[in-house]
Amino acid sequence: MFSDLLFRLRAIFRRTKMESDLDEELRFHLEREVARYMGDGLSRVEAERRARLEFGGVEQLKEESRDSRGVTSFDNAFRDLCYSVRVLRRSPGFTAVAILSLALGIGANTAIFQLLDAIRLRMLPVRAPQELTKIYITDMSGVRGSVNRDNSVTYPIWEQIRGRQRAFSGMFAWSDGMLNLSPTGEVRMAQSLWVSGGFFPALGIRPVLGRLFTPADDYRGCGVPGAVISYSFWQSEYGGGAAAIGRKLSLNGRSAEIIGVTPPGFTGLEVGRAFQVAVPVCSVDALWFKALDSGTFWWLTVMGRLKPGWSLERAAAQLNAISASVFQASLPPGYPAVSVPKYLNMQLTALPAGTGVSELRDRYSDPLWMLLAIAGLVLLIACANLANLMLARASGRDREIAVRLAIGASRRRVLAQLMTESLVIATAGAGLALFISCRLSNALLALLGSAYLDLSVDWRVFAFACSLAILTCLLFGLAPALRATTSSPGSVLKSSGRGITTGRETFGIRGLLVVTQIALSLVLLIGALLFAGTLRNLLHAQTGFRQDGILIANLGFARPDASQVRVLSFQRGLLTRIRAVHGVVSVADTSVIPISGNAWSNRAWMDGVDSTGARDVLFSRISPDYFRTLETPLLEGRDFNDRDTPASQKVAIVNEAFARRVANITNPVGQRIRVEATPSTPEMVYEIVGVAANTKYRTLRDNFEPVFYLPLSQDTNPSLGDQLLIRSNPPPSELVASVRRAIAEADPNARFSFQEYKDLVDESLLPERLMATLSSAFGVLAALLSAIGIYGVISYLVARRRNEIGIRMALGANRREIVFMILRETGRVLMTGLAVGTLLSLVAASFAGTMFFGLKPYDAVTLFSAAALLALVAMAAAYLPARRAAGLDPMAALRDE
Amino acid sequence: MPPSSRIELPQGTLDLLILRTIRLDPQHGWAISQRIQQISDDVLQVQQGSLYPALHRLERRGWIRSSWDVSDNNRRAKYYQLTAAGRKQLEKETDTWRRLVTAVGQILETA
Repeated sequence: MFSDLLFRLRAIFRRTKMESDLDEELRFHLEREVARYMGDGLSRVEAERRARLEFGGVEQLKEESRDSRGVTSFDNAFRDLCYSVRVLRRSPGFTAVAILSLALGIGANTAIFQLLDAIRLRMLPVRAPQELTKIYITDMSGVRGSVNRDNSVTYPIWEQIRGRQRAFSGMFAWSDGMLNLSPTGEVRMAQSLWVSGGFFPALGIRPVLGRLFTPADDYRGCGVPGAVISYSFWQSEYGGGAAAIGRKLSLNGRSAEIIGVTPPGFTGLEVGRAFQVAVPVCSVDALWFKALDSGTFWWLTVMGRLKPGWSLERAAAQLNAISASVFQASLPPGYPAVSVPKYLNMQLTALPAGTGVSELRDRYSDPLWMLLAIAGLVLLIACANLANLMLARASGRDREIAVRLAIGASRRRVLAQLMTESLVIATAGAGLALFISCRLSNALLALLGSAYLDLSVDWRVFAFACSLAILTCLLFGLAPALRATTSSPGSVLKSSGRGITTGRETFGIRGLLVVTQIALSLVLLIGALLFAGTLRNLLHAQTGFRQDGILIANLGFARPDASQVRVLSFQRGLLTRIRAVHGVVSVADTSVIPISGNAWSNRAWMDGVDSTGARDVLFSRISPDYFRTLETPLLEGRDFNDRDTPASQKVAIVNEAFARRVANITNPVGQRIRVEATPSTPEMVYEIVGVAANTKYRTLRDNFEPVFYLPLSQDTNPSLGDQLLIRSNPPPSELVASVRRAIAEADPNARFSFQEYKDLVDESLLPERLMATLSSAFGVLAALLSAIGIYGVISYLVARRRNEIGIRMALGANRREIVFMILRETGRVLMTGLAVGTLLSLVAASFAGTMFFGLKPYDAVTLFSAAALLALVAMAAAYLPARRAAGLDPMAALRDE
Repeated sequence: MPPSSRIELPQGTLDLLILRTIRLDPQHGWAISQRIQQISDDVLQVQQGSLYPALHRLERRGWIRSSWDVSDNNRRAKYYQLTAAGRKQLEKETDTWRRLVTAVGQILETA
């Protein structure tokens, strides 16, 4: 096989040498033959004649010989390539438009695919990532307490799994979080990893400097045994110097020594987030709170590396088998009685984890696939345009092709040559597209916010762009090429385009292409309008509060020993100080900021009713003035005040939804509500003192859910972190300096950070904003491309019917009738396109239904306005050539032929 | 020899004949064509021109190798010789041919 290839290659590159060798070889043969005949007594002339006769046609033989050397196909391909480049260079305008539109189309697709690849498909840069497995609980309904990460377990459960499993050779648990690097003052958060001792060894990560954690570092009561830093943190903080080892970091106020640096490229197991500092899981007790003994704090992701010979199914079966004993042994004391059976029934299973885990993936996978589909449609429309262009070129070259066919070129050769042209365009387009997509994907990443992603071009991205190039080449090149080579050369040469009218056949393909374009454009425009409408609806959604003009201050205090009374009085003092800051209208403290994505829920029911009537409600702890600060009206009763103390009657405020659905009356003030026991609090009874208007709780998309507000002043276990909402007259950003001063006066060791409420809400809408922006851009692009397509086809139509139009005018048709005639043709194509597009978009929208908000997928207004917009654009595009047709001088048109 | 008694070569046998002809020592194209005609007592007719595409095909397959050398009449000529792969191919094809001839012969004798 190899010698064959070598021979062919030599044949191509040493072509002249091979040819002259062949000449010489044949000449030698003929001379010997002539000599032989002359030896037999023939004359020289006669001998030469006989020799030639015996030998056969020399040129034909040479050709055969070339064939058998295997050059012909290469040779032809190379010639086609040169010819194509020459032809394309002769029409630079066409070439530029074709390549550029393909580059944009393929580039947009590739950029979105690059993001998908990075978020969804890429394997982690660790040893044998395909062996990595994550251990999940199949049904989390028995989980009570605080869930910090999706699909996580508590430390006691992790200890049990580690002790009982047999399927994994290296098993580890990890969690991500934030650690404050700043000892005092303004908070400086570092992305951090909590890792068990087996983490680095199991992943096969080796340090570039110092050492990494081993199981020996990870034991109960380890304190803060040190910190491992990431390569990029090492570069930015310590300039990549060896002296970094042994330096001290301040982590949440505790000192930790740097012991090692991880290699570049390893950013943790969470895609979209790059860690800076890693500490052992056991140091959580010293750095954060007593999480190791907590059976209700769900924060660790458990992963392992399959032992050789163990399949995923077998591992899952083994985990399933140990589930009962794992949960029996880890059942926390005081777990709420209703949830105990569910807890004991939880099952463990194993899933592949070679691509890591990612919240980003959950959040953006659907939008990105959707965008890829949209970009794909735009590419299709662009291809339709190109196909139209190629068709126009092909009919301009009818005669050239007919001549070539007539003088004996095989159809396959002509087809190959035409396809080579398409391939040259597609390849150039794809090359440019890769260049464009790298820039575009970075811009897209910026739209996603602060995520960290590795966007380098890997083989998948490259293969994607290449296959798009081939696909588009076939799409826009094949039909015109086939059509150009099917017409019989004789008829083409005879007719030479002198017919009075042309057959419908040529308009057939073009009409079909334009119908496709219009249909797809309609789908994209409807999509764009729906996504833009969704964003608009969400931005103007009735949240029940006004987020503008509010500054959020996140506070942390370093006084773990403070008593309940002291914390409460400190909080009161702090609020008073901030309220006194110039420009502040009101200030409130809360445990859950609405729309931040955080949630706290429990079950509640009317006192005196059986607890089977209990239902899940949302909770929040708030200070007085909370509703005033958010500008949420208090409908009944009173706000919390300073007389609500730990000693007084336990009180609560509910929202309307709670009043209607849990209490079943419009004014439940004075009613008593029971709240189920939690791992940290017993069952409690609260008296409702007020009813507030409904507000959105977790996200803007949520409906109004029942919310139960409790006063911070009656919190038996007050937290040391606060989230202050500060409403001011001047813009929030101008307030930061004076609020910072006020906090420092209240507690010089306090740590704090600021954010505008509006920014927080905006951030929660990033996926929607991404969809709205990009789908609108694509929608406009699609409409524009279709307009160009329609313009091209109608222009072509008018040019082909010059004669007919000339005759009609000569027979008395006026200009307006001609314009109408052309527009009527356009209208027919347009209507077909719109009908098909409407059907398509109804199907497409039903798939994307959950991504819309406040709009039905079959929203009539949206459909109508998209269709109207498209019709307008299409008619405008057709009007130009129609007017040109009407402006024809009939005499000139008729004489012209 | 009148042309009517000459036999056209069956498809594919030319390769076998070429390989066989250059089995012992390298030959140039003309010599090969002469040898085939002489040894077969001019029964087999090889269109001389068709020899060369066949030679190049065999060379591409790696069964023969070519080199330029000086011929008996002091002219430069292209000599072809068997490669190891070609030798194997020759054995194989010879064997196949013999089996074919035997089989066909048996049918003609008995049937």
